[in-house]
Amino acid sequence: MKTIAIRVKINGEAKEWIIAPGDLLLDVLRREGYWGVKRGCETGECGACTVLVNGRPINSCLLFAAQAEGCDLLTIEGVAKDDTLDPIQEIFLEHGAVQCGYCTPGMILCTKALLERNSAPTEDDVRDALAGNYCRCTGLRKPIEAVLAAAEAYRANGGKKTARAVKARAR
Amino acid sequence: MSNDYSVVGKRVTKVDGFKLVTGRPAFADDIAVPGMLIGKILPSPYAHARITHIDASKALALPGVHTILTYKDVPRVPHTTAGQAWPEPSPYDTYLLDSKVRFVGDRVAAVAAETRALAEEALRLIEVEYEVLPPVLDMEHAMDPGAPLIHDEPDSTGIFDARHNLAAYILQEIGNVEVGFRAADFIFEREYRTPRQQHCSIEPHVTLSWLDADNRLVIRSSTQVPYHARRQVAMILQIPVQRIRVIKPRIGGGFGGKQEMLLEDICGALTLATHRPVKIEFTREEEFYMSRSRHPQILRIKMGVMHDGTIVANHLKVLATTGAYGSHSSTVQGSTGSKVLPLYRTEHMKFECHVVYTNTPVAGAFRGYGCPQGFFAQESLVDEISHDLGMDPLEFRRKNFIHIGDIDNLAAQLGEGKKGLPRTIRSCGLPECVERGAAAADWERKRKAPQDPASHIRRGIGVACSMQGSGIAGIDWASALLKMNEDGSFNLQVGASDLGTGSDTVLAQIAAETLSVSLNKFIVYSADTDFTPFDVGAYASSTTIISGGAVKKAAENVREQILRVASRMLETPVENLTCRGNQVVTKCECKKSVSMTDLALHAMYKEKTQIMGHASHFNTDSPPPFCVQFAEVEVDTETGRIRVPHLVTAVDLGVAINPMQAEGQAEGAVLQSLGYALAEEMQLDDCGRMINRGFADYKIFTAKDMPKLTTILVETEEPLGPYGAKAIAEIPINAPAPAVANAIFHAIGVRFRKLPIRPEEVLRALREKETNEEASSVEPAGAPMSRATRRN
Repeated sequence: MKTIAIRVKINGEAKEWIIAPGDLLLDVLRREGYWGVKRGCETGECGACTVLVNGRPINSCLLFAAQAEGCDLLTIEGVAKDDTLDPIQEIFLEHGAVQCGYCTPGMILCTKALLERNSAPTEDDVRDALAGNYCRCTGLRKPIEAVLAAAEAYRANGGKKTARAVKARAR
Repeated sequence: MSNDYSVVGKRVTKVDGFKLVTGRPAFADDIAVPGMLIGKILPSPYAHARITHIDASKALALPGVHTILTYKDVPRVPHTTAGQAWPEPSPYDTYLLDSKVRFVGDRVAAVAAETRALAEEALRLIEVEYEVLPPVLDMEHAMDPGAPLIHDEPDSTGIFDARHNLAAYILQEIGNVEVGFRAADFIFEREYRTPRQQHCSIEPHVTLSWLDADNRLVIRSSTQVPYHARRQVAMILQIPVQRIRVIKPRIGGGFGGKQEMLLEDICGALTLATHRPVKIEFTREEEFYMSRSRHPQILRIKMGVMHDGTIVANHLKVLATTGAYGSHSSTVQGSTGSKVLPLYRTEHMKFECHVVYTNTPVAGAFRGYGCPQGFFAQESLVDEISHDLGMDPLEFRRKNFIHIGDIDNLAAQLGEGKKGLPRTIRSCGLPECVERGAAAADWERKRKAPQDPASHIRRGIGVACSMQGSGIAGIDWASALLKMNEDGSFNLQVGASDLGTGSDTVLAQIAAETLSVSLNKFIVYSADTDFTPFDVGAYASSTTIISGGAVKKAAENVREQILRVASRMLETPVENLTCRGNQVVTKCECKKSVSMTDLALHAMYKEKTQIMGHASHFNTDSPPPFCVQFAEVEVDTETGRIRVPHLVTAVDLGVAINPMQAEGQAEGAVLQSLGYALAEEMQLDDCGRMINRGFADYKIFTAKDMPKLTTILVETEEPLGPYGAKAIAEIPINAPAPAVANAIFHAIGVRFRKLPIRPEEVLRALREKETNEEASSVEPAGAPMSRATRRN
């Protein structure tokens, strides 16, 4: 089978992957051990396979891996720094926004992308941002509240996010 | 409810939360097994057919294809895929592979190949000739004389009447409804219809299997029922239970869909045939038409009432279809009667139900388990009656509600596939649910608020009530194992299957409370048939009350062992000791204490004893949780679009072990019920093929669609539950749909008796209403004539 090599930056690390031209980014990511990228529908509807490509949330089931050549990727594995959770992750837990956890990586990445471009989202903005992350466990109230709380924490820290500061606020 | 617990009743975060928010490999498919093959199932393209010829030689010749299994290659063992306690009440009418296919999506063959692409290519190369049989697609004609027979095979068992496509039949009566109807001032009778709904867990069914170094079959699967799956696979593949290990890792939602043994058997068969690890994962499309769904029902309900609103007789007749196989057919439908009718006291109750086979996708367990259908009918009818009697619908319900001390004898008649046990109501928060829910929904004011005549938006508010159970009385049981480590931490090992519900957390909270030890000292593991003790699994709202009961007993046992060690260490009698704040302390003034850490190390290395306890638990009663839900709607009279701006849930769940998680359970149930009310339906074409096999065409509620949610936990103290807990997992899925339908009636005066209620139907009904009103201007608008039959 014909293969090609692609270079990406993923979670801050430079990587070179040997792929088949038709490989989907979702399949390559999971094959390379980024298990937090979840398969839910493979048709770009459920958002479980969301990754950030150059900061934008993308359903990785809709992108050929080859299209990621030269891109900066962020998966859920790159959100926490070692054992220190990102404030968004802390707040999702504190608000009970995580139930089965299968849609959680996608939601957290979409939240991250939202807060990077809009640190003062309205509830409607949050609903828009999460509309592509299907969740069958929560009624979405808790994830929406978690994103609003994360935005507040983000602003309070002037964009500098320390887990401890956020944890104190959430309680 | 005020209590002095330190962990129970607290909004603690999930014990498995860290791995979930960081995306650690925790789910069934998150492992790389060396040499793993991909399994695929060839689905039947026909709703009803016999395989007259099947030839896999071309497919097998493809390099990289390892095996292809057809009915000729596997043992023929009748079984049910329903993951229920043995002996299962569902008919044994299913085969690993069969020479007959009974729905579009039924298994024809299975392949294992090096890659997914190869497996898919192999499926295309299997040559199959079918004798296409006329299908039975309409449940109302399934029992017609001369209807094609779906289960004409001689070896199936437990089918009520295979010659009439009748999977199950139920008839139960308390008192004599005819006597009740004769005494009634009014009789109301209506028909309601509910759709085929899909669970849509975001993680599709997935199973991996391999042979370990001892040649045992290891099955890692997204299952709610690891122990049942092990027993079923052993029977189907005809290997000893001893040779099988089922692992349940984190599960991406189940809602009953994973209470079915759908892939474990065929995946295991492929592994046994190839001696290679195999994975089968449903695509979303396959998940829609090849897995399971909620039983569609046609419900005819008849109530006799007195002038003052007292219900004197309640008769529910149901026709349901279980699709091609009878998974959960008698028990889901049994719940439609046994968990629904007793909400209102009356001397005379009757439930009659036919569950028919059709050549349609198979129905099975689905959160609510027959109750969403039953409550849609009952709560809609109650709304119709109170409207016609000119009573407030809440007042009407309050007048008839079941009370503390009542004995529900319908539960005794309708057990899990056999006679059950009578149910005594020991806790009931219904009055408080009504009161607090109505206040939060602003019921009194919104019920009377006039419409804005200038607006094309009509507003309404509706209410509906429900009850459920907490485990299956006399059947569900669970066990737990608790082991102390030398640093004072504990392994809590349970067969209870957290599928995203948060049960690992709730069970750890129960253990932590009992031992007065911090929650972070518990390492919770669920579930692995080699290492965790038996549990029936996650279904029937049983985990908190049944598995929780086992955990509490095991922790009490460990507590006794701890106190005995402490008694020797502190040289004081056990009676003078208690556990408090990660220590054992004396009760007397001497104020001696030993930390759990020191005690654990002492026990292990000085006394050379393993502190460890286990316990089993079951209940002979199933205490019902209760729920009252209020829905507000806005109906756009120009487009027919329905928006739900606010939904209030007031639920009596006993004591909430973890209020935050309980709210999450309630709200997730509301999401599924709103979809049931307004959007979700598996649509079949006239050949029995599901048309809307993806999320683009099968609409589920998202962040954009969900209303503002208010969730009120009305706590009561249930004597049969650990720390007073009942259940929360299923009950809030029952009433949102009828509450929405009732709110729509309040808004526009049109009664919808069929779900889902779509904009096109609303628009059509509004136009019809307009035409009718123009035709008969004598009748005042907005006051539909009573259709009650007056009795003299």
